[in-house]
Amino acid sequence: MTTEGDTGVEVQKETEKSDEQPASPSHQQSPQSTSSSLENREERADSSGDQHQDTEAQSPPQGGGSPAGTPPSSKSSPSSDKKERNPSGGKGISRFLPSWRKKQRSQSQTSEEDAGKEEPAPVKEEETTADKDQNVKLEEEVVKSEEPKEEVDKQEKHSVSGSEAQPAREDGKEEKSDEKATDIKEDKVDSDEKIEPEEAKRETKEVQTVHTRMEKSPKKTPKKVKTVPCRVVLLDGTEYPCEIEKRSKGQVLFDKVCAHLNLLEKDYFGLTYRDSTDQKNWLDLIKDIKKQIRNYPWQFAFNVKFYPPDPSQLTEDITRYLLCLQLRQDIASGRLPCSFVTHALLGSYTLQAELGDYSADDQRLESISEFQFAPNQTKELEDKIMELHKTHRGLTPAMADSQFLENAKKLSMYGVDLHHAKDSEAVDIMLGVCANGLLIYKDRLRINRFAWPKILKISYKRSNFYIKIRPGETEHFESTIGFKLPSHRAAKRLWKVCVEHHTFFRLLSPEQPPKAKFLTLGSKFRYSGRTQAQTRQASTLIDRPAPYFERTSSKRISRSLDGPNTLPYAKKLDADLPEEFRPSEVTEWDGIKEMLRTLTIAPELSAADEDLIRDSTFDQPVSVNEVKPSASEPVLRDEKRSEELLSQPPELELHKETKISDENQKPEVKKKAEDLPLETVVNVETEGMPKLIPGGEKEVKQLAPQGEVCGRKDSTSSSDSSNESEGEEGGEYHTQTKLAENTIKEEEENEDMTQNEEPGKSPRTDTIQGTRAILVNSENVLNKELVFQNEVQEKMEDLMDKQVKKTEQHQKEEHPQVNGVMLHHETDDSIHIIQYTEPPVVKTEMVTISDASQKNEIATKEVPILHTETKTITYEAAETDGGGDNEPAMLLSAQTITSESISTTTTTHITKTVKGGISETRIEKRIVITGDADIDHDEALAQAIKEAKEQHPDMSVTRVVVHKETELTEEGED
Amino acid sequence: MAAITSSSFGHYSHAIVRGIPASLPAAALRIENQGEVNLENARREHAVYVETLKKLGLHVHELAADEQFPDCVFVEDAAVVVGGTALITRPGAPSRRKEVEVVKSVLEDLHLNVVEMQDESATLDGGDVLFTGKEIFVGMSKRTNQRGAEILADTFKDYAVSKIPVTDRLHLKTICGAAGPNVIVIGTGEAPQKVLKTMQQMSDYRYEKLTVPDDVAANCIYFNIPGKGNVLIHCAQEEFPESAKVFQKLKDYTLIPVPNSELAKVDGGLTCLSILINKSTEI
Repeated sequence: MTTEGDTGVEVQKETEKSDEQPASPSHQQSPQSTSSSLENREERADSSGDQHQDTEAQSPPQGGGSPAGTPPSSKSSPSSDKKERNPSGGKGISRFLPSWRKKQRSQSQTSEEDAGKEEPAPVKEEETTADKDQNVKLEEEVVKSEEPKEEVDKQEKHSVSGSEAQPAREDGKEEKSDEKATDIKEDKVDSDEKIEPEEAKRETKEVQTVHTRMEKSPKKTPKKVKTVPCRVVLLDGTEYPCEIEKRSKGQVLFDKVCAHLNLLEKDYFGLTYRDSTDQKNWLDLIKDIKKQIRNYPWQFAFNVKFYPPDPSQLTEDITRYLLCLQLRQDIASGRLPCSFVTHALLGSYTLQAELGDYSADDQRLESISEFQFAPNQTKELEDKIMELHKTHRGLTPAMADSQFLENAKKLSMYGVDLHHAKDSEAVDIMLGVCANGLLIYKDRLRINRFAWPKILKISYKRSNFYIKIRPGETEHFESTIGFKLPSHRAAKRLWKVCVEHHTFFRLLSPEQPPKAKFLTLGSKFRYSGRTQAQTRQASTLIDRPAPYFERTSSKRISRSLDGPNTLPYAKKLDADLPEEFRPSEVTEWDGIKEMLRTLTIAPELSAADEDLIRDSTFDQPVSVNEVKPSASEPVLRDEKRSEELLSQPPELELHKETKISDENQKPEVKKKAEDLPLETVVNVETEGMPKLIPGGEKEVKQLAPQGEVCGRKDSTSSSDSSNESEGEEGGEYHTQTKLAENTIKEEEENEDMTQNEEPGKSPRTDTIQGTRAILVNSENVLNKELVFQNEVQEKMEDLMDKQVKKTEQHQKEEHPQVNGVMLHHETDDSIHIIQYTEPPVVKTEMVTISDASQKNEIATKEVPILHTETKTITYEAAETDGGGDNEPAMLLSAQTITSESISTTTTTHITKTVKGGISETRIEKRIVITGDADIDHDEALAQAIKEAKEQHPDMSVTRVVVHKETELTEEGED
Repeated sequence: MAAITSSSFGHYSHAIVRGIPASLPAAALRIENQGEVNLENARREHAVYVETLKKLGLHVHELAADEQFPDCVFVEDAAVVVGGTALITRPGAPSRRKEVEVVKSVLEDLHLNVVEMQDESATLDGGDVLFTGKEIFVGMSKRTNQRGAEILADTFKDYAVSKIPVTDRLHLKTICGAAGPNVIVIGTGEAPQKVLKTMQQMSDYRYEKLTVPDDVAANCIYFNIPGKGNVLIHCAQEEFPESAKVFQKLKDYTLIPVPNSELAKVDGGLTCLSILINKSTEI
């Protein structure tokens, strides 16, 4: 610690002086990052200097519990690896470097040491030069091997955390006053610097580094699999280092860690990382790691994510043991508050589990104070713990753990994930997410509680978090309660935690994400893991002898404790280690981007594609003829499963496929499709609408022009909105969307369904119910709406198909010309009519709107910014408003087509949207894709959607319609 | 240990009671005039109460009455004791603030972890604190404010402390009680039913509810006495015959009706008359 303090002072000075000396970064790297020739040199030359560096870099992260200087060795195996590696690299570097580097050094050193220590400016210059030099060198040195990496690392480190790294170095220099060592360090840097004069700054460096990375990466890992070193802090405080493929999903790393731990009941656990704001985030296991954790090194912590309400139901002792470790952390850190008595009791079980029976002459007892049982540990507590420890004689470690858990689980804050927030009156409160629902605290006082069955919807917009509450017995309207969170990210984080907890603890099976991705504009996040019910089921199948595992002393835990300690560590690590990885990643990333450009497929889109593909495959193709009848059938399906609701789009896709099969030339059609779709769509609507609804013609016409305008806007504004859409300003999650069957405890869903519908909707609802009573019973209003819309759309599209077909045919003819462009081909492959309209899901947002004050504000704000939001709003407005005026018209149209009456309703919504578009603008775009026989419809559809998303990030794909020409013609005849 | 196990609910080793001052009939605080208190009858009933505690095996600390504090017999309001921790309250009625001093000294003599409510903006009456064995409900009455409830929550960290709005009644426990680890007694009146609904919403647990026709009769004291099992001190049949019948439906309970007709006139319930302490589980 003392060393740290000293270094700290020095560091500050130096950091200011020499913000970014190339040499310094290298030092930092050396301690933690494996291979840096600089380190080797330094180590050799200056043992003291290395220690200082190490202490600075590593000691702070560890949290001071461990003696300064030691941390590096103990923590990171990587360091050892580095050292090993370094020798070769360093030596090689030294060989090459000495001649010119030394020269450079002399210059740079003089400048750096003399002026650099005292004056920041010189240092910067050197760095800049160094960067340039590095770039040059890198190119040259690619052959050389590791030097470039090191240099790159340095550069990166500089950019990332140049200040920290530098201090360490300089400290070493100053203290040692060994010019050789310093020279060596500087030499490396200097050499780079000298090569090119001081010109480039960090920006240039970064760019260069990227290039260098590109070059280097192939060298080290023959381009095959790029791996990234990960560090996972385990619950016993140890660190599990591993290499993982850069493109891996979170699941890969998580499985790796669980395998390392020999853990089978892993659904209760997760990996956390700290974001740039030092907030703890859960790693989404189905997403790429690199898309979640932006900073290097990749540092995670293995934590309990879902605290089992009854740990005794866990199957294996090892699972309970890990839960105990988590709780000991929670308790020692104060996150899980408990009384003195409880501290003592839990501490005594900890001793029993780790030390076994109490014995008076046990020396271990003397070191009891090294355990951390409580945030504020007193001698009195320790005495009490020892006293209680005596009473546990005979308990095995597993039994002691069980007793520990039996007591810990009763603590009121057990498993409660707290989030800071403010209520409507700007009073600071805490929102606690737990297995049973959402808890509201003022300080430690529980001021409200919303059990999951009481919550109809969870949503967030910007930094606001909303819950929609089921009306009470005496209430007739659901209410929405809003909370203000510190930031948008905090709101999203809370929302995600709520979604996950609700799914895990209250549902029998998770909601299917594909649906959300396909239709939703906001966050598509859903919990994808197993629910508690599922994991319990799976646990019953565990058939292995109880695995042996070693219980580590909680003494360690007390030191390394919680995330907070790890955080600083991670930061330093960023400066030191990750650079190597970073460069490589950057290069990869760029390469990927290029790839994407060529392919015109964005990574995110790819994910979406997969989902789409799944969807498409999910359902068996349905003949067009069937489609109409499907209106009635789909409902039944919906009743069965909410997932099935999603299935409808897939069905549509299948139809598309048939078309596609007819025409192979999908890809080229795109351009035309893009241009044509807008017009064609509009035409279709106008034409189709009149047919359906005599009275609705006017409305339809109005819609059409708007649609065109909107479409134009979309194209122009898409880029702007894309950023926002990426940010996912909002997200909605209906707790009751799932089938009643899926929820573990359903109490009032039926009521909800009726209640959910707003007064304006009632007429429509009635009609719907009459036709499809089943749906009403089992499903929420939302689901119903989705179904209806889909159906309606289908019907509408069918009507329009004739026209569309014509256009499509034209497009098809044109397609061949376009064939050269891959992207276009892809989109064109299938004959898809993709509307970017408000997702059916939007209804949820309607709820949000229902909130009087806040919603209004949001709407006005958002409208200009995000199309998506606007769309949703429109949708909602349409529905709510629709009850009054438009719906009747819709109904008329519905009359025209029996089952399609529902579709009529949908149309109405659109109209209303337009009308109601006071503050809301609705943008609709349809893309018609025509394809021939051999086309892979799934792929074509996926690509088409990708493209559409790219073009209009802010828009969502509401419907996908697939028509067969023959069928279409038939339908048109009908 | 036992402190956080609901099985220990009702285990008591000690009790603190305090005599009835002669000033009570005239000066004791009351919400509304419910008739004049007969001091002799009141003291006679109180003696029965104390004797009952002794028969249950408790060590009863009998504090002398202090004429300065007409309400001092209601010692419950002076401290909240759960497990090994005692929170010395800051009574909502300014005239009662100094009642806590004697109580505090006794609790300290019992080597409890005594916590004082330092915040001068906080008020809390023990009568507003209902401990069910699993969690704590704190009534937000005229005597207890938000700050007091927050301090209460911060003192008993093991338990969820949920605030319950109380209107039209003196204390939360004026209209409800805990008749066992999973049993809440509640009156049929509008106010108690509202309270019950709030408690149900706020609680992670499910309780059986015992509904008594007389709101005030819901106030009762549950004991879990080794060798005797469930013991309940509740209202006397003479005072609330219908409610007493409801209590008699409890199975496997030793029911001890205790008269409280006089002090009830000044809003005193059975729980108000004692502070119950479980010293055996305390550290």
